[in-house]
Amino acid sequence: MSNKNTRYVEDNKNNNHDKNNETIKNYDKKNESIENEYETIIMKKSESINNEFTRGNSLKTTHYCGGCGHGILTKLIGDVMSELGIQERSVMISPVGCAVFGYYYFNCGNVQTAHGRAPAVGTGISRAEEEAIVMSYQGDGDLASIGLNETLQAANRGEKIAVFFVNNTVYGMTGGQMAPTTLIGEVTITSQNGRDPNYTGFPIHMCELIDNLKAPVLIERVSLANPMDIRLAKVAIRKALQIQKEGKGYSFIEVLSPCPTNLRQGVKGTEDFINKQMKKEFPVKVFRDKSRDVGSVLRKQSDFSIESLDRIFNVERDDGKSIVDDYSFNRLNVKIAGFGGQGVLSAGLTLAQAACFEEKYVSWYPAYGPEQRGGTANCSVVISGHPIGSPVADNIDILLAFNKPALEKFICDVKEDGVIFYDSRVGEFKGYNNIENYCVPVYEIANKLNVPKAINTVMLGVLMEYGRTKNNILSKESYIKGIEETFASKEKLIGKNIQILEAGAKWARENLDFKF
Amino acid sequence: MANQMVKGNTAVIVGAMYGGCDCFFGYPITPASEILHEASKYFSMLGRNFVQAESEEASINMVYGASAAGHRVMTASSGPGISLMQEGITFLAGAELPAVIVDIMRAGPGLGNIGPEQGDYNQVVKGGGHGNYKNIVLAPNSVQEMCDFTIKAFELADKYKSPVYVLADAVLGQMAEPLEFPQKAIEHIPDNSWSVRGNKETMENLVTSIYLDFDQLEHFNIELQKKYKAIEENEVEYFEYHVEDAEILLISYGISSRISKTAVDICRENGLKVGLFRPIKLYPFPYNRLSELKEKIDNFISVEMSNGQMLEDVKLAIKSDDVELVNRMGGNLLNIGDILRKISQVSGNKSILDPKYCNFNQNDDNSKFNGFSKDEVNKESFKSIID
Repeated sequence: MSNKNTRYVEDNKNNNHDKNNETIKNYDKKNESIENEYETIIMKKSESINNEFTRGNSLKTTHYCGGCGHGILTKLIGDVMSELGIQERSVMISPVGCAVFGYYYFNCGNVQTAHGRAPAVGTGISRAEEEAIVMSYQGDGDLASIGLNETLQAANRGEKIAVFFVNNTVYGMTGGQMAPTTLIGEVTITSQNGRDPNYTGFPIHMCELIDNLKAPVLIERVSLANPMDIRLAKVAIRKALQIQKEGKGYSFIEVLSPCPTNLRQGVKGTEDFINKQMKKEFPVKVFRDKSRDVGSVLRKQSDFSIESLDRIFNVERDDGKSIVDDYSFNRLNVKIAGFGGQGVLSAGLTLAQAACFEEKYVSWYPAYGPEQRGGTANCSVVISGHPIGSPVADNIDILLAFNKPALEKFICDVKEDGVIFYDSRVGEFKGYNNIENYCVPVYEIANKLNVPKAINTVMLGVLMEYGRTKNNILSKESYIKGIEETFASKEKLIGKNIQILEAGAKWARENLDFKF
Repeated sequence: MANQMVKGNTAVIVGAMYGGCDCFFGYPITPASEILHEASKYFSMLGRNFVQAESEEASINMVYGASAAGHRVMTASSGPGISLMQEGITFLAGAELPAVIVDIMRAGPGLGNIGPEQGDYNQVVKGGGHGNYKNIVLAPNSVQEMCDFTIKAFELADKYKSPVYVLADAVLGQMAEPLEFPQKAIEHIPDNSWSVRGNKETMENLVTSIYLDFDQLEHFNIELQKKYKAIEENEVEYFEYHVEDAEILLISYGISSRISKTAVDICRENGLKVGLFRPIKLYPFPYNRLSELKEKIDNFISVEMSNGQMLEDVKLAIKSDDVELVNRMGGNLLNIGDILRKISQVSGNKSILDPKYCNFNQNDDNSKFNGFSKDEVNKESFKSIID
């Protein structure tokens, strides 16, 4: 205490109901006689701690038990918030556990969260609001048990949050159950004979765990066992929040804290327990402080402009094309099937792109999943002059089959007046129900142009020729546009594929005698 | 081009970005992963926030955080992931925070498989987590709607300060259709009256769902129900197709409604008066309209890819069990034949069972196929296929 005769009294004009102030007044009266001798000095409480705890409640007193460490830690954090001038920027996350009502006390923006999820919530706030100073205040059940994953992952990402971890070796709010930090031999309501490592393992060391990660800037363990420890704790809190003020990244402060109620300890008992038992298991020290070595983490500003959006999605606004309903053109069901890797899906997409270019209604639906990876693959392309119902080619007008299983699987679904084009390597095929079918030497044609993989494009060329001769469904220009879209990311393949498309069409023109 | 061929999952991100979504948090799961992929690509390109979270629990809690900060935020997942998110979603509802959750349904229960199903109806439409809350649920049935409904979901989420789902399925996520891009881009301004942003204007604000006092919590619950009543009065949305003179009504949403529409077309070709009723929003469910329609139409058929989860709501709407069910489960897509068979059974009409509409023996006919010559396949040529 200061020996100057200065008197700091909280301005309590609006605090007529404040019990603390009432008490002070009474105290003042009782001691009027000795006031000449002793000046009553009240340290001014920082703005960052509320006078009355009215937020979300009508409590006037704190909900913490006498002798609990939470009150001390809350005050220390509040003081540092004011001292660093970050009160307005601060967002406190209240966990589930004894500190669930943290928002009663901290005079700053507050978000209350689900059990263990505070670091994830903190991540969301911090990413959304670059300037916010995000603090997560958690107990040992919350942080080290149910929220262990969120804790480690947020630390590992180096989120810009300060985590205050209250380690009192016990679940408080729920009534004194064993925590991950409970000491060996320690009696709790769920370790009634003392924690036995044969059944429950050993106390978990959070600072040490987090110290294995690269991203955190500050990792420190402090204690609230006695006034000296409390002062040192405040220094650590100040470092942690300075890091946040400068936007440098993740800081983690573990606080060894008394829980006299659940651990059935008196004043001396709590101090002894922390000093003689907890500190042995959980050494108080700075594990890491690289605040001087790192700069601020800077992230980009969000861009919401339509110009930027149109640019990244390649949207061209001016061509004014739109789909027009044409009820004379009924749905055409195309099924393309073969092995995964034969370009079955991309052939379908090229065909669909071509139809899209001609302002037709079109849908492309792939059989997806494990089948994509080496097994059989197929896709449905439905093209229509009016809105498409089912995107699946249940009854097939055109089947493009690149292997025997594909033929076997889908031949029964081909309409009587449908058509089948199949890869000549399928072998001799006698036909089915007199359905029109054509054998196409796709491999030979593609191989001749030195791109044996492009059998899908050969088949599209044949289909293009078939469509041209039949009723001019899709023009060559549209097929080429389709190829350009499909190979947009592999530009050098576009020219070659157009050549192959033409070769397929030429072969069909010269060799196939379409029956219609 | 005005229209591009776009996958349903990609269209979600197109909608999100034009809709002013600033943050995406997600975790990979088939068949919703492309949404995560596209978010990772496009959000980063414009400096918006993207985090691949460590789990679905973390994803939804990051959503909670960014939403508490007043930003437009979303996540996307599929059944098993949505189950994990339920804790976060009830917290969003309890704290009255807006957020968009996209569910690309796969087949369950348990790990199930990655095929399409509509078995998440109950966990999405009825609330899903603990407590007396509901989610607004939009059910797109095209790639265009995957985009448009995502934008709409953000608007509804903000309007009602509530989580809003876009409920689609594996087919809608994977299929591609021409997409007309949104005409405008939204820049969302956070609302300082309730958000917590780490600034002077919002430092008094508190986001929480805890009310220790029973009366306070009851009061909050009553207020919440008032909000749902307003949603039920203002937000019912459905689509009717050939309903005016219908004698048989198919009730169907999402991809099932697309298949049902084709079935309706086939029936109409054959002079059968079949109509389609498609709830566009599943919550609020169009109970009243269905009740009206039941007075005119005798035969109701619920067409869905679940064990009849929507069927229960149809029964509630008409206050009767008199509804047929056509369904597939386990990842099998509904076949037009499944629907036509039921309509034929209900109406006595056999003309719609023509093989020109579909292979009605799909499951057993392939074994009879004998189109190949005995020497089968030239093995050498197959080798070249595999190469």
